[in-house]
Amino acid sequence: MAEENKVKLHGMWASPYVKRVEIALKIKGIPYEYVEEDLVNKSQLLLQYNPVHKKVPVLIHDGKPICESLVILEYIDETWKNGPPLLPQDPYKRAKVRFWTSFVEKELLENVLLVVTSEGEAQEKAIKVVFEKLKLLEEGLKDLFQGETHHIDGENMGILDIFLCSLFGAHKAQEEVLGVKFIDPEKFPLLSSWVTALTEVAVVKALQPPHEKLVVVYQFLRQKALQPSADGVEVKEGVYVRSLSRSSPS
Amino acid sequence: MEILDKSFNNWVVWSMGISIKIFSARSGGLDQISMAEVKLLGFWASPFSDRVIWALKLKGVNYEYAEEDPHNKTQLLLQHNPVHKKVPVLIHGGKSIPESSIILEYIEETWPQNPLLPQDAYQRAIARFWIKFGEEKMATICAFFRTAGVEQEKAIEEATKLLKIIEEQGLGDKMFFGGDGIGLGDIAFGWLAYLYEVVEKVSAAKVLDADTFPQLHAWIQNLKEVPVVKENLPDHQKLVGHLKRRRETHLALLNFHN
Repeated sequence: MAEENKVKLHGMWASPYVKRVEIALKIKGIPYEYVEEDLVNKSQLLLQYNPVHKKVPVLIHDGKPICESLVILEYIDETWKNGPPLLPQDPYKRAKVRFWTSFVEKELLENVLLVVTSEGEAQEKAIKVVFEKLKLLEEGLKDLFQGETHHIDGENMGILDIFLCSLFGAHKAQEEVLGVKFIDPEKFPLLSSWVTALTEVAVVKALQPPHEKLVVVYQFLRQKALQPSADGVEVKEGVYVRSLSRSSPS
Repeated sequence: MEILDKSFNNWVVWSMGISIKIFSARSGGLDQISMAEVKLLGFWASPFSDRVIWALKLKGVNYEYAEEDPHNKTQLLLQHNPVHKKVPVLIHGGKSIPESSIILEYIEETWPQNPLLPQDAYQRAIARFWIKFGEEKMATICAFFRTAGVEQEKAIEEATKLLKIIEEQGLGDKMFFGGDGIGLGDIAFGWLAYLYEVVEKVSAAKVLDADTFPQLHAWIQNLKEVPVVKENLPDHQKLVGHLKRRRETHLALLNFHN
């Protein structure tokens, strides 16, 4: 009986992609077993469950693996209908949420990673791009919230909230390491108040690694990327989590 | 007597149809939304545009098509996709939905007839996984189009690896990515069935050959036989001309940098 609905999550403590799934599972109140993966030494199970990408997160439900954080979140939402919905019901509202979630993933996350892993002129360029994207998001939020105050709590967080806090939940650590303030209340008032509210939600707070650890993570990532290495430097998720798996979770 | 009965039946059906329409309009429910005006801003050579056309046609949705010139974007496009300023954009009852993968999910949810995603959540997750994979890897799979010489050889190798993964793990033994019938996965990978051969032709490269990829080849033949796909492909010769010019631009850039 206990095995039937068993949920397992293969993850890595510093991965924002894994964090998204953890937040979703906790919001929905889904009990799960967490398996920490050493990404330098991946388990046979992980390679078996995600043969295409060999990455975390992988959610295993009733022995069936689901990969890719957004795909997992949609699966969770469609499978466990009892908890708060992660997407609105209305197709147009769903499209808008998916649009901004995709924006956070492709336009923001990628460029923030670029800022972390570059220096000099390249970094200045990347910072400029991030600010441009943040401006677009701030404008988009006006349309998304339509003048209403967006009150966040553990009961109404959705995929966009989850994606945003998986990126900017660590904004203070990013600021400390990069010397750049992305979540600036003067430049981006809506976004800043939203991110602040998100980081205060109990579920998010409980899952967030301590500030000092996050600072170490970003410093490590930066150092690793800026050092020339034998296997080359890749500004991709693979390197991000591979470098981080060398630091311990606690 | 028979004729009278038939026309009476027809009248009953006709008036019921009207009643249903009036009822739906008044109830202001999903029917009203799904019956509102649909417009698609697209570009004839864009596989992202074609996807949306196929989905709309498979669902039997009437729509108005407006051709966009990427070098001379209309105010309408800039208004309805201010963030990315790209096609395709679906405008439904005045509301804008950009990005083809998002449009496909929107179409699936708004017009539930002829479902293009499986009912089962796990199967849906598998479909979405492969749609995402195709999108992320499309540029790499087509990279040989933008390169020459040794770089092109490397790009062809990479493309072959990715296509093998798609064939073996995505398609497998199935007739379509969607199973027995066409689904969003097939629509999302559709560019492999008609665009890729043109890309290969103008790049003087052969990647997706029948011997190396028997299952993908079978899928291509099957997909091209689906009436909606067959009747809604861009003109082959026009596409060859268009991509030839694009390749020349890429090569010129490569020479410029060298």
